[in-house]
Amino acid sequence: MAQLICKELALGYDGKTVAEHISFQVNKGDYLCIVGENGSGKSTLVKTLLHLKKPLSGTMEFGDGLTQKMIGYLPQQTVVQRDFPASVKEIVLSGCLNRGGFRPFYSKEEKELARETMEKMGITHLANRCYRELSGGQQQRVLLARALCATREVLLLDEPVAGLDPKVTKEMYELIARLNREDGITIIMVSHDIAAAIRYASHILHVSREPLFFGPTEDYLKTPTGKAFAEMGGEQE
Amino acid sequence: MNQLLYFFSFPNVQYALIVGVLIALCSSLLGVTLVLKRFSFIGDGLSHVAFGALAIAMVLKLTNDMLIVLPITVVTAILLLRTGQNAKIKGDASLAMLSVGALALGYLIINMFAKSANISGDVCSTLFGSTSILTLSSADVWICGIMSVLVIVLFLVFYRQIFAVTFDENFATATGVRANLYNLLIAVITALVIVVAMNLVGSLLISALVIFPALSAMRVFKNFKAVILCSAVISTVAAFLGIVLSMIGKGAPVGSAIVAVNIVVFLIFSLIGRIRGGK
Repeated sequence: MAQLICKELALGYDGKTVAEHISFQVNKGDYLCIVGENGSGKSTLVKTLLHLKKPLSGTMEFGDGLTQKMIGYLPQQTVVQRDFPASVKEIVLSGCLNRGGFRPFYSKEEKELARETMEKMGITHLANRCYRELSGGQQQRVLLARALCATREVLLLDEPVAGLDPKVTKEMYELIARLNREDGITIIMVSHDIAAAIRYASHILHVSREPLFFGPTEDYLKTPTGKAFAEMGGEQE
Repeated sequence: MNQLLYFFSFPNVQYALIVGVLIALCSSLLGVTLVLKRFSFIGDGLSHVAFGALAIAMVLKLTNDMLIVLPITVVTAILLLRTGQNAKIKGDASLAMLSVGALALGYLIINMFAKSANISGDVCSTLFGSTSILTLSSADVWICGIMSVLVIVLFLVFYRQIFAVTFDENFATATGVRANLYNLLIAVITALVIVVAMNLVGSLLISALVIFPALSAMRVFKNFKAVILCSAVISTVAAFLGIVLSMIGKGAPVGSAIVAVNIVVFLIFSLIGRIRGGK
């Protein structure tokens, strides 16, 4: 049973269609990479998957015990966050909010969960630091920890390495791959970095007004676009 | 000092201090959220809308103008905060438009229809706050007290949600927190505070009461809780000092005095922040 099944999705805003005929499914433990050029509807697809936006047509269903609340989300940085006075601990804890309960404060278990998650992400030593003073890579780890507090099922990552330098980018990719491999967390990642997608992802969805491709990564490499990238990537290394 | 104690023995002065400090406390709590949500000017905008509503109430000769002012302001606040970032007209532009529009229309209505002998006096006191804070009745104090307790309790109970919604609305919504509901809550509280605060500092200076303590606190403190606590402390102290100053300094208007103290605090905190941060 798939965790997420999308059939014939058409996406857009103000009545304008950005992308259509998008069909794909995600199984538990998959690492799906959604690639495509700027303006190809990737971000709109993310918003739709998060139920922040309704699709123009088509259906989206959850299965395998998954509900909307179980999708953790790593957003692109917003303007507000850059000067927000908040400590790392406060932000990670805020991921626990969807665990419910009408207490005005966080419970002991939630604080413990936040502590464990920060350790896992290697940011324990930053717990009391101010978020806006951290480097880009550290900030992404904080947001990743917050998402992990919210769920252990599916992570939706929107351009997680945008603006990071090559070394930190590689660390970030390795971290995400480890979460997928060791903790069995389903990963859905939006990226325009096709080379990295081929390297890490188990499945690829290539959108560009219409979906160019959906399937396992090894099959993607046999398509014209995939071939071109595989050759380019081969030369680089 | 004796003179001050003498002042404090008047119930009017006591009322003014209680009301002033409570309103300052409420607006500073909200201020941090509003500033971070990029709604620094909402105090200004909403108070102008309230001014417009007040003009209508004046023309209709309502004895209790709150009946009109409160609903109109609350609805406006909800509309403004709800549209957020996806609106066709961006938040700051729609606010500016509304603010100026309501002010102009309100003034127009007053001049054309009101039969008051002293229009400019009325307008001036609505805009800049009157000395009426010294003529508050005990009923006013009760209303203000109840509202303040309500705001503070709501803020404490929903503190975590307010943080989440302010920091990252999309994440909150995506993981099942009802962000819209809390935005609505923030909007309603904002409108409530502003309508009540108009009596104290007047509609023009409300923005100052909302943004100054928050900005001062953000110069020095780097986490949300500390910023909130600090801005609450700054705001109450500044309100207290401002009221005392306006009593000592002959004829200094209360609203302006409070804002003046806030400006001084902001400068001091900026300096401290610069020295500590080394930036």
